[in-house]
Amino acid sequence: MAVTARNFIGSYFEADRLITVQYPEERSPLPENYRNFPFLIYDTDDAEAGLRCVACKICEKECPPQCIYITKSNDKKPDYLGKPQFYPAVFDIDISVCMSCQICVEVCPFEAIKMDKVFELSRRERFDALLFRKRELAKSNTYYHRIHPVEAAEVDAKLAEAAAKKRPAEPAPSAVATPSPRTSA
Amino acid sequence: MTTASHELAQSPPRMTSRLDGELLEVSMGPQHPSTHGVFRMNVALDGEIVVKLKPVFGYLHRNHEKIGESTSYLGSMPYTDRLDYFCSMTNNWAYALSVEKLADIEVPERAEYLRVILAELTRLQNHASLLGFLLSDMGAWGTPLMYAFREREKILDLFESLSGSRMMCDYMRFGGCRVDAGPDWMERAKKVVDAFPRFLDEFEKLIVSNEILIVRTQEVGKMSAELAINAGITGPMLRACGVNYDLRKVDGYGVYPRFKFRVPLGDHGDCYDRLMMRALEMRESIGILKQAFEQLPAGPIMNPKVKLRAFRPPVGEAYGRIEGPKGELGFYLISDGSPNPYRYRVRPPSFINLTVLEDLCLGHTVADVMVILGSIDIVMGEVDR
Amino acid sequence: MESLEQVKARAELAVPGARIDIVPNSGPSQQASLLLDNEHATAVVRFLCDDPALRLDSCSNATGVDWLDRTVKKKVKVKKLVDGVEKEVEETQEEFFPGYLEAVYHLYSIAHKHGPLVIRLRTPDRAEGARLPSLTPIYRSAEFQEREIFDLYGIRFDGHPDLRRILMWDEFVDYPMRKDYREPDDYEYEPTPHDDILEKAKEHHSARPQLDGAENITAQQ
Repeated sequence: MAVTARNFIGSYFEADRLITVQYPEERSPLPENYRNFPFLIYDTDDAEAGLRCVACKICEKECPPQCIYITKSNDKKPDYLGKPQFYPAVFDIDISVCMSCQICVEVCPFEAIKMDKVFELSRRERFDALLFRKRELAKSNTYYHRIHPVEAAEVDAKLAEAAAKKRPAEPAPSAVATPSPRTSA
Repeated sequence: MTTASHELAQSPPRMTSRLDGELLEVSMGPQHPSTHGVFRMNVALDGEIVVKLKPVFGYLHRNHEKIGESTSYLGSMPYTDRLDYFCSMTNNWAYALSVEKLADIEVPERAEYLRVILAELTRLQNHASLLGFLLSDMGAWGTPLMYAFREREKILDLFESLSGSRMMCDYMRFGGCRVDAGPDWMERAKKVVDAFPRFLDEFEKLIVSNEILIVRTQEVGKMSAELAINAGITGPMLRACGVNYDLRKVDGYGVYPRFKFRVPLGDHGDCYDRLMMRALEMRESIGILKQAFEQLPAGPIMNPKVKLRAFRPPVGEAYGRIEGPKGELGFYLISDGSPNPYRYRVRPPSFINLTVLEDLCLGHTVADVMVILGSIDIVMGEVDR
Repeated sequence: MESLEQVKARAELAVPGARIDIVPNSGPSQQASLLLDNEHATAVVRFLCDDPALRLDSCSNATGVDWLDRTVKKKVKVKKLVDGVEKEVEETQEEFFPGYLEAVYHLYSIAHKHGPLVIRLRTPDRAEGARLPSLTPIYRSAEFQEREIFDLYGIRFDGHPDLRRILMWDEFVDYPMRKDYREPDDYEYEPTPHDDILEKAKEHHSARPQLDGAENITAQQ
């Protein structure tokens, strides 16, 4: 009885003992690493042109419950390095099947798919409404920076490094124009 | 099931009935607040005394082993989280250990220490919730359960900020761990571990000085050491019978030989001993955690030679086992050189610990069945796979 | 623990007539196993359990494995007479391994704290004659596990006290873990089927389910 009394009275004084969060009025903050369902990243403001995914289908193959459906496009568009790549004409994730294991994120060689944090995703109908299409999945890089700041900074650094390696070395610009030799009169 | 109840009614009881009456068949059916999941027991009662008990399970059978045969080795790792859904870190470790044995992969030292830290945290939260559930089954109406869950929430918050998910962590990989733990995570973990003994002291006071609990659990569900060894019982249930067999000491997997900890043993093998086993093991786990925090080295957490995709271990087989919170969790893998295992078998401790449920419950009342079942500590995700 | 050869030699002495083979394990885990013949298996295992040096008193894991008939093609260099001259020619040889159903047991010793010793029992029959001796009279832990092997592989164990299905329901017919198990194709409607699952589902279900009208409910303002 003493234990119960100590816990009950103590819950008025110690924050350790009172742990109820009055959801939905207040929400406990999510840690940075929290993951829920995946989303696709696009670099600039254009969700079609800046999409990093090149439809290599590695995530589709590695996904354990096989919830990703990709159809490659027929034409190519340039990626952030300027090289023409395929892009996914269809990219669906069935989130009623997805188990948030983030293996697709680990195996993607292009940093195109990352884990989102949204969990309030209830829908009214459980078949088509839980199949996320490319339009819903594509979110901007600024959104990624907002939800996973540390991870996004690392990814950006890695991509910048890869871009710097790929770009051919520019000739050193002549800062001061050397005066042309004066012709002797 | 018509066949099962037909069999119960026909076969003679093992104990003679005291009055000249019929046996009452009760199906402590799959939907029951105290059976730890969808678990069913066909019980034949003589008044209140249990005369025959047949467990029926398979309600949560997902044929995890067949899925394992058609999924790659890496792809099975998130499925192992869902076996014993309370202890996903130890499930991951057992599977990673078996694959590392199969393919002879070395694990860097920091990863081994991280694995020990997470496994002991898992053990803490598993034993805390088990004690909470058992007290709640005995009629304490959820108050000690909420105290246990309050501590468990702290540990789950640690798991969430490390691996991204509270219960389905998917954290271990073959050859190390997936994410490194930074110094602020270590600080938080140390704070949680330092605050744990206060909860343990309060909880043990609830157990030890509560007369109802003592009367309901002592001399109930006694098991002899010979029966325990023969029936393949492992984990705290085996040690409650006095058998000194803890895989952390016997096999010495990982870096456990570097830690000093004692193995608590029980005298009587009854429910009270099994409860106290778990409470004492929690204290030992805190000791191991403190030592691990001190000794944790810096370094890489992943073996760089292991490929993530198209991982093909050599042809052969291996059986790797760890001391999970429920008992000996083992994985038996047969590889034929392809990216998917040829045979993927989980040795589930809860399933095998249930073998003696009938022996323990005979002669006791119906109320004791719940106490005995709670002290065996089963999780249906593991029993049915 | 002694090596497998020593265990084999002593077991063959203790149980006359027993035929024990050593099945090697080519992987790095070095857990080779003993293959016992079905008639003397119970006697050999009882010897292993009671022998004071081994004292393998705990059966930790009992599982079934299904091996189908395999034909392995190997390229082998063979000396052949070609046009009267002996030359080494590369030839593809086919080796046929007949299939069998197998039960594998991992035995440990709690008294001496050593192990594991892996025991295998095989039966080539896949129908009614798939019978193996049960180790439940010796190890109680095999009781539920042998029921599971029966349920999922179809191996009947002689001497088991209560052999019936454990994980699948009692009226289930086939054995799911076998490699030649064919899944039923009239599953519950799957919302996003693709490839062959879609083809199989088309026979049984209409193209879209009946929407129940819940999607028209709007929140009360």
